[in-house]
Amino acid sequence: MVNRERTAPKEIIPQRSRTIAELPPRESQTELLRELVGHLRQNRTLLREEWVARIGEARLLAAMTQEEIFQEATSVYDSYVAVLETGSVDDLTAYARNLSERIIPRGVETNEVVGIVLLLRDVLARSLFAKYQSDFEKLNRVLDAYEPAANRIANTVAVGFVQERERVIRQQQEAIRELSTPVLQVRERLLILPIIGVIDPQRARQLTEQLLRGIRTNRAKVVVIDITGVAAMDATVANHLVQTVEASRLLGATVIVTGLSPEIAQTLVTIGVDLGKMNTVGDLQGGIEQAERLLGYKVVLS
Amino acid sequence: MQVPILKQGHVLIATIQAALSDADLLELRSALVHQVVRYRSEGVIVDVTAMDVMDSFASRTLLEISHMIRLRGADTVIVGIQPDVAFAMVQLGLTLEDIPTALDLEEGLAYLQHRSKTIN
Repeated sequence: MVNRERTAPKEIIPQRSRTIAELPPRESQTELLRELVGHLRQNRTLLREEWVARIGEARLLAAMTQEEIFQEATSVYDSYVAVLETGSVDDLTAYARNLSERIIPRGVETNEVVGIVLLLRDVLARSLFAKYQSDFEKLNRVLDAYEPAANRIANTVAVGFVQERERVIRQQQEAIRELSTPVLQVRERLLILPIIGVIDPQRARQLTEQLLRGIRTNRAKVVVIDITGVAAMDATVANHLVQTVEASRLLGATVIVTGLSPEIAQTLVTIGVDLGKMNTVGDLQGGIEQAERLLGYKVVLS
Repeated sequence: MQVPILKQGHVLIATIQAALSDADLLELRSALVHQVVRYRSEGVIVDVTAMDVMDSFASRTLLEISHMIRLRGADTVIVGIQPDVAFAMVQLGLTLEDIPTALDLEEGLAYLQHRSKTIN
């Protein structure tokens, strides 16, 4: 009988076996947790309602309706109790990821998610205080069993939320990077590369790579780089632009740069760029017209 | 390793097929300068598609080839520079200024044809 009780927790809560082994083998930890789970199940409605009320008081999850909060609260509560019972956080991790996927697009912040989980921990701890206040010894042991598990749950939910958020950010960065440098073919052998926004050295490098690759795959002879949407440019990037023009020439393509802002014009002159190598035209329309002339196109109005 | 030089109409085509030593490059230079008049060629195309490194000696030799062949009365086009080689060359300051370049052999031939038409 004693033997069974000592090995039982290891089977049920494999992750916590170390903590359990360190504790003296008195009244079993499993039994305490089982009693705890029983208490939480019994007072499910009451505790859940108190928790939702506390969430409302703290003005957390303002982006969600009351019914939604109640629904999510129910699921969180049940998985919370399930973790205390089984000791496995796998289901909770999956649920936290799923929840994060749903609430991140609605603008729920990290502090709100962490806040509600800590509130639940608090609500449950208070109910344990109330239940065991007569038996201080037992209260201590119950809290010893409860708190590590509760901390692990809070940790799991918070980490799940942050990871999901980071995944979304990475995905968006990737999308922005791809969107930021389109190389477009407007006519046979004529590419345009519209650049919008700030160019940092990393983006400049990527731009050059995409352009040179684009020249090769589209067999371009003329490229119009339009920088109307670029407000300013530092010396490094300006030099990089000149190098891109020269590298394109080595591939046999002529580059026309259009839409230089007054600031960029001043930068280029101040750093002493050799303008003999740069073919510049005022606006994109003029650039395309000149490119068409270079390619031998003649636009005829019919 | 020797570079084969082919005659195609009024054009000589030298296709570099592997990384070349400095001696090979000099040999190529003298072979082209000799043959351009012997075959009465109007243009020379040097195809560097297979070169994945272009050092300062190689690009200086290409520059010299171009200048020498101009003195012998013909034009030179360098074709097939790889995109990353091109950017590396520019960063090293090896921009092959005032030598015509083209994407590939076909473009190079078209360039020379167009040029001989405008001259005649």
